[in-house]
Amino acid sequence: MNDLFISLSPFSFLVEPLSHEFMRRALMVSALVGGVCGLLSCYMTLKGWALMGDAVSHAVMPGVVVAYALGLPFSIGAFVFGVGSVALIGFVKQKSRIKEDTVIGLVFTGFFALGLVLVSKIKSNIDLMHILFGSPLGISYSDVHQTLLISGIVVSILVLFRRDLMLYCFDPTHARSIGINTGFLHYLLLSVLSLAAVAGLQTVGIILVVAMLITPGATAYLLTDRFDRMTYLAIFSSAISSILGVYISYWSDIETGGSIVLVQTFIFLLAFLFAPRYGILKSQGSTHL
Amino acid sequence: MMNDSFTDGQAFPLGIEASGLCVDYNGTVALYDASLKLKSGAICGLVGMNGAGKSTFFKALMGFVRPSRGNIRINGVAVHKAQRDQAVAYVPQNEGIDCSFPVSVWDVVMMGRYGSMNILRIPRESDRQAVWHALERVELLELRARPIGALSGGQRKRAFLARAIAQRASVLLLDEPFSGVDVRTEKLMSELFIQFKNEDRTILISTHDLSHVRDFCDLVVLINKTVLAYGETSKIFTKENLSMTFGGMPPDVLSGPESSADLINE
Repeated sequence: MNDLFISLSPFSFLVEPLSHEFMRRALMVSALVGGVCGLLSCYMTLKGWALMGDAVSHAVMPGVVVAYALGLPFSIGAFVFGVGSVALIGFVKQKSRIKEDTVIGLVFTGFFALGLVLVSKIKSNIDLMHILFGSPLGISYSDVHQTLLISGIVVSILVLFRRDLMLYCFDPTHARSIGINTGFLHYLLLSVLSLAAVAGLQTVGIILVVAMLITPGATAYLLTDRFDRMTYLAIFSSAISSILGVYISYWSDIETGGSIVLVQTFIFLLAFLFAPRYGILKSQGSTHL
Repeated sequence: MMNDSFTDGQAFPLGIEASGLCVDYNGTVALYDASLKLKSGAICGLVGMNGAGKSTFFKALMGFVRPSRGNIRINGVAVHKAQRDQAVAYVPQNEGIDCSFPVSVWDVVMMGRYGSMNILRIPRESDRQAVWHALERVELLELRARPIGALSGGQRKRAFLARAIAQRASVLLLDEPFSGVDVRTEKLMSELFIQFKNEDRTILISTHDLSHVRDFCDLVVLINKTVLAYGETSKIFTKENLSMTFGGMPPDVLSGPESSADLINE
């Protein structure tokens, strides 16, 4: 029986890699991070914070380097710099006449450049490629624990405040008028974004983590008119993309972060073309049905 | 010009009480020394030119802009306390919302109940009933499952009014509720405003359209950077006062809404 099944390619495609400890770990972490970033991506796309996601994910770079150099958990350094960049963006925007998207671009490239310089200057065994492009197949136990903890915090906050955050994205004026502290929600969402970026850079790296923070939300947005359904779809498509991406990476020996994001992009393309109501081919589709 | 006689000797706190309100944006004065006392069970029209400070006045009442001087009480308490008590509902002129946001009409009206729910905002039976009745009153019950973006402009106005109803606020601030709505919505809203008044709510409506003020506003506030005149509509709505409000151009209030609206839009 066993031999028969193993000879079937889809079965061996999925099962054979599970015999390796590093693959089990990579699949678990990638799926978890994918789901968490997928949930957050709904808020990012609805709030129009794609650029902010890009900024925060790049800005954590020097934090990761400094943390490694000091022997601290990388997530602490990354979080400090992520939140710091957001605060700096807010400060520069408020104190100058420069438009917000310019400020965002300015701050995050500055932070990112600082990170690159630090990597080249601080003598350590940091692999620049791992930070930039992620390395879920080489993730260590302590990194797994950090990622689990970060994911737990992010999910708890997003579940606890999901209605308030939705209202904040949809109609902040009403939120304020019923006594909800929108300033708190603003910084809560930015903090969660920093945390999720830290988690995401484990799997796909700093360069591509913004894809984890927007693509699943954009895909789900094309598929439904219900916020709750959008979150489920985003979590599902993101987790599936991560799992498929890791498998494809294993079998084709291609870069894992790129593989995960390509699967996400492919699923987005499917939605873009074939989504029942908002796909560009919907008229042809509906005549067939 | 101030006429406070009808608010004197109130045993209950006033719905809206603003005294000596000054608001400036980075040195530009938007409102100075504006005072208003408004009892519950009344509809008050807020009339002034574009840029006269109507929206600023609303924003100050909602605590969205901090007055540089002056004091505001809603139902006798500070604005933020009143908001936490769900006492104030604000229906802005342009909802300023993303119309492709994935929420239904029902979801939007349910947002009026959030402040009365626990932190997870899980609706109870009473919340669902409040939403149902609110939708019934604005005649949107059949469209409750529609995405908010699928509604017409007038229907959307009614949906946001339903949210204010579901909130059970005692003070309603309505910024230009009649701008760009269809005849059916206009009629329905006029009737609702009269009902709100009979339910002893405090209603402040800003409007360009002077005919609406004559039709159902008990009180009127004429505003141009400050309160020029305030009192019962019949006494305040004089040619002299309106001429003063609209910068020396006397809109002929008796010749119908079109001509006066045209004049104001200049």
